[in-house]
Amino acid sequence: MEVTLRSESTGGATAAAAAPARSKMTIRGLDFYYGKFHALKNVNLDVAEKKVTAFIGPSGCGKSTLLRVFNRMFELYPEQRAEGEVMMDGDNLIRSKQDVALIRARIGMVFQKPTPFPMTIYENIAFGVRLFESMNKAQMDERVEWALRKAALWNEVKDKLGQAGTSLSGGQQQRLCIARTIAVKPDVILFDEPCSALDPISTAKIEELIDELKQDYTVAIVTHNMQQAARVSDYTAYMYLGELVEFGDTDQIFIKPKKKETEDYITGRFG
Amino acid sequence: MITGEHTLQKYDVELEQIRSRVLQMGGLVESQFKLAMEAFEAADTAKATAAVESDRRVNELQLELDRMVNHLIARRQPTAGDLRLVMGVAKGINDLERIGDESAKIGRACKWLSEKGSGFRMNRIPDLHQTAEIAARLLHRSLDAFARLDGQAAAAIIRDDAGIDDRFRATLRQLVTYMMEDPRSISAAIDTIWVAKAIERVGDHAKNIAEHVIFIAHGTDVRHASLEDVDRVVSQG
Repeated sequence: MEVTLRSESTGGATAAAAAPARSKMTIRGLDFYYGKFHALKNVNLDVAEKKVTAFIGPSGCGKSTLLRVFNRMFELYPEQRAEGEVMMDGDNLIRSKQDVALIRARIGMVFQKPTPFPMTIYENIAFGVRLFESMNKAQMDERVEWALRKAALWNEVKDKLGQAGTSLSGGQQQRLCIARTIAVKPDVILFDEPCSALDPISTAKIEELIDELKQDYTVAIVTHNMQQAARVSDYTAYMYLGELVEFGDTDQIFIKPKKKETEDYITGRFG
Repeated sequence: MITGEHTLQKYDVELEQIRSRVLQMGGLVESQFKLAMEAFEAADTAKATAAVESDRRVNELQLELDRMVNHLIARRQPTAGDLRLVMGVAKGINDLERIGDESAKIGRACKWLSEKGSGFRMNRIPDLHQTAEIAARLLHRSLDAFARLDGQAAAAIIRDDAGIDDRFRATLRQLVTYMMEDPRSISAAIDTIWVAKAIERVGDHAKNIAEHVIFIAHGTDVRHASLEDVDRVVSQG
């Protein structure tokens, strides 16, 4: 009805991209409990394929919890349980009979602090690949190079693949972790505060990388940095106290949010 | 919704400073325009000079507000309603500055006319006087709508600006009649056309400000929208 007016088409590129995005994950009626604590309350959301979806909200709002449900990270703790649907490719990930390791290979995760394995740079990447695929040395070399190139790290490490992963700088370690995630060829990559331990230049490199990754992968990112969400994402979800308050096109959320709670949070009137 | 309650109180202070500085600039151009019209209608060259000179202060305020807006964007990265306020102000101050320019133009035309001596029989064309009154009212209302971020009031201004455009054309016809009757009046009539055009532009800028107010308050850019669309936007709340 307002199609001729500018607010409906703010930021041409994003709005155009927003139009026919296919859904990669469909979340319906999702509840999550840490023991008796109700951490996610009836969350309904579609994560668009090959787009970046950002989750923002104050500490404890459930955004990291949501990411952990996506790849069943919560199963590591017996008192935690999820109810509802997280559908991906026709399979409810919460109830899936699939091997959890396989789910996590399809839905990779990058954490706040870089967590390279205590191995060489090469092995950091080859280790995960070997769990799922058998290949010869030449094939593995190729895969390692491919993953490092995708993570924009190859040029910086190609002459020192035998060095320890921990010898790299923080930003490089984070990109190594991204390369490790990509190496097993996931469908979805989850980023939980990937830049909070990095300096601005390393942060910019990761953000640049996220923008490139969405050509091949579906990306979900949790960030405390609202401007980062605005920079990297196509869609933004604002969560508060375990509820999804508002979800929409990132331009719409940052220019004309529909709910006052969202407006208060993103303009810094919260608290 | 626009100011108040930021966790960072200094942010509130800065937004409020911008808002009140815009209103100060608005008040200044409002009185500058009134002064220019008084000068024109009374053939008062002292007032005309004052109207021309007060443009300097308007220009200073424009530069100052530009600096404040740049500072806010660089330091606070405003979003949502704050972003729309800052963008609306950045555009609105250009309209205010142009109103200042138009008022100075009227002041200069008044001086030319008095130098020629002969011109002051066109300065009391009733249409011209009425158009100027309407333009001044629109300007006042647009500043009021900005102060209260009142989209409904802004929509009414957009509607009423059409009346000024009609009156401008009527004034032109009258002046053309003068020129045809008496070719010696052509020079003065042309100066008067500049005045009529300046008045019409003041109305246009008031309308632009009203459009910015709707963008700030409702998040929808109505600059090229029909009146029906404008009404729909402001009635959606």
